[in-house]
Amino acid sequence: MVDVVKPEEMIKIDPTPPSTNWMDVPPDFSPGKFPYPSQAKSLEAVGFPNAREWSPADEDWKLPENWQQIIHEGFKERLDKYRSLKVFMDSCVRCGACADKCHFFIGTGDPKNMPVLRAELLRSIYRNDFTTIGKMLGKFAGARKLTPAVIKEWFSYFYQCTECRRCSVFCPYGIDTAEITMMARELLHLLGLSIHWIMDPVSNCNRTGNHLGIQPQNFKEIIEFFCEDIEEITGVTLNPSFNRKGAEVLFITPSGDAFADPGTYSFMGYLMLFEHIGLDYTLSTYASEGGNFGLFTSSEMMKRLNAKMYREAERLGVKWILGGECGHMWRVINQYMGTMNGPANFLEAPVSPITGTKFENARDTKMVHIAEFTADLIKNNKLNLDPSRNDHLKVTYHDSCNPARGMGMLDEPRFVLENVCNNFHDMPESTIRENTFCCGSGSGLNTEEIMDLRLRGGLPRANAVKYVHEKHGVNMLSCVCAIDRAVLPPLMDYWVPGVDVCGLHELVGNALVMEGEIEREMDLRMEDLPGKEGDSDE
Amino acid sequence: MGLITLIEEKRSKIVKEWFKLTIKTYPKEKSDFFKKKKDSMANPVGNTLSKSLEDILKGLTDDVENNEMAKILDPSVRLRAVQEFAPSSAVSYIFFLKNVIRDILKKDLTKEIEKELLIFESKIDRVSLIAFDIYMGCREQIFTYKANHVKERTLKLLEKADLLCEVPEVGAEIIPHNVYLNGGFDDK
Repeated sequence: MVDVVKPEEMIKIDPTPPSTNWMDVPPDFSPGKFPYPSQAKSLEAVGFPNAREWSPADEDWKLPENWQQIIHEGFKERLDKYRSLKVFMDSCVRCGACADKCHFFIGTGDPKNMPVLRAELLRSIYRNDFTTIGKMLGKFAGARKLTPAVIKEWFSYFYQCTECRRCSVFCPYGIDTAEITMMARELLHLLGLSIHWIMDPVSNCNRTGNHLGIQPQNFKEIIEFFCEDIEEITGVTLNPSFNRKGAEVLFITPSGDAFADPGTYSFMGYLMLFEHIGLDYTLSTYASEGGNFGLFTSSEMMKRLNAKMYREAERLGVKWILGGECGHMWRVINQYMGTMNGPANFLEAPVSPITGTKFENARDTKMVHIAEFTADLIKNNKLNLDPSRNDHLKVTYHDSCNPARGMGMLDEPRFVLENVCNNFHDMPESTIRENTFCCGSGSGLNTEEIMDLRLRGGLPRANAVKYVHEKHGVNMLSCVCAIDRAVLPPLMDYWVPGVDVCGLHELVGNALVMEGEIEREMDLRMEDLPGKEGDSDE
Repeated sequence: MGLITLIEEKRSKIVKEWFKLTIKTYPKEKSDFFKKKKDSMANPVGNTLSKSLEDILKGLTDDVENNEMAKILDPSVRLRAVQEFAPSSAVSYIFFLKNVIRDILKKDLTKEIEKELLIFESKIDRVSLIAFDIYMGCREQIFTYKANHVKERTLKLLEKADLLCEVPEVGAEIIPHNVYLNGGFDDK
């Protein structure tokens, strides 16, 4: 052979790393590398400042004239307001414990996706503006001047963090990188820099009460449609009430459950469960959203959108609130709602009317997670369950980040699963419970234009599912989060074909033997139950 | 001793070198992590790649059918299809095997072995073509997700605006109201 060209020469790959410091590597804003910016009208609708049409792909982001002053003052205000932010800015010793724990870093290998470096994007400005040593020594002390390039870098990398908090589990100082991302996003919002997939739901929710802008009559129609399907499957007629004053319990779930499969099947499961136990509950067409995309913009917006839960509970005169399967909704409720919009003294500490169990953990917020509620029903033998109806499924459980790490709900969903299906297999220990890997699309990143990034970020989760798929034949990934239910199906389809996605209460609904029901031939997806093939068409 | 036996003998060295070259296609700061961590849950990229390369080499020496080879190739190509590589770079790692084998078997290259190696290399070429098919399949899959998002959103908007209705008897699930006015024979 003469003059064999080496393949690596043929494709001109330059394996040498950029010799520049990380501060000097600009982010990539070519198409597909960034989420679409929000429209001016959604910012204006909620009174956010500096609304304008712009694109991250443009060289000029049309920043307001005094943008540096806005950031400086905004930063200062937050450092004064939140002691945690100041501690997080000061206390990192760069031990590296967090570095390889982020799903985006594991999937992309991009150093700026190491939580420590992501935080450093903000810290470098903190040092420059607010510390003596940073002011004196500049870059030498890890400080840098605030330039438009820094703002662009913030936009790129703080929208490559899903606020899942896996890194903070490993931080010896307990630095919560999710809160750092929240602060950085707040600062970006001061400059009118926001993304469409977050601001559109925020503006919708502000206007109609839910992210999707479903109006009251449509919301009611959707639920009635579910009831028709339930009647066809079970023969049991349901009559849920809407906005009913004097009900004992108000039920609030993410609107994704009303709108998108497979969340819809979970909604059907909730309705069947409530009917079965004779719960005195009502749904609200006003507080028709459990989720809160305000969390991804600013604490003020989060507070505003969250307020409707208590206000509606007060208006209807219910005793307490029951919440559906959602992820970030529970971070807001469990960690912020009580102090943000409470105390809700017009409500009572939640007590299950069926079992008499007092939910001490929810004494302050007055709001109970449905997985806890159902686990308690099962524990007290209040449900008649036939787990064999889920025998065609080999189930694993994805701990949705916020219920797991944000409220410590780890065992209740597993207890429910072990009672409603016969085949349950957990994923490897390092990928579940507190260590759970994010779906890769949380915190408002579940938008299709960054699908490649989402697939990379979701790889660690998918990889663990693949392990149980190959080892145990797992074919169903259950979860308790509406964003998970929306984003895990493509993630599974790409990395682990043959694994479907469902909510916890879809499986509960399948297994639940209701009073007066006909012999079940279909599951909640109206697919034949095992052994009943061909019967349902008649 | 034939080529396959020689490869069998030096299999682990070949895979190691091949992995090294493949990892070099990533910028250094990324490759450091990909090659360091051994736990497959903590480092799916590095582990998928190293396992895949091992499997591909085994598939080649076992002379497996194209279908089987596609299955073996899938994990690594699927990975590289979402890693921001140009298409040529994404599948380039297959070709690296040629040089790795030539380098490692340098001293053993008799005329006979050289002949065998040329045939073996043409098999590597065939593998690269299969890899390209998989790569395109992956990209199309991703575009489909994006397209589906847009389709679903459009449908929901039309539904919301009450422009759609169900017409089960004509077999179409959802079509605009006015299409089948008067059985579809009247424009008005």
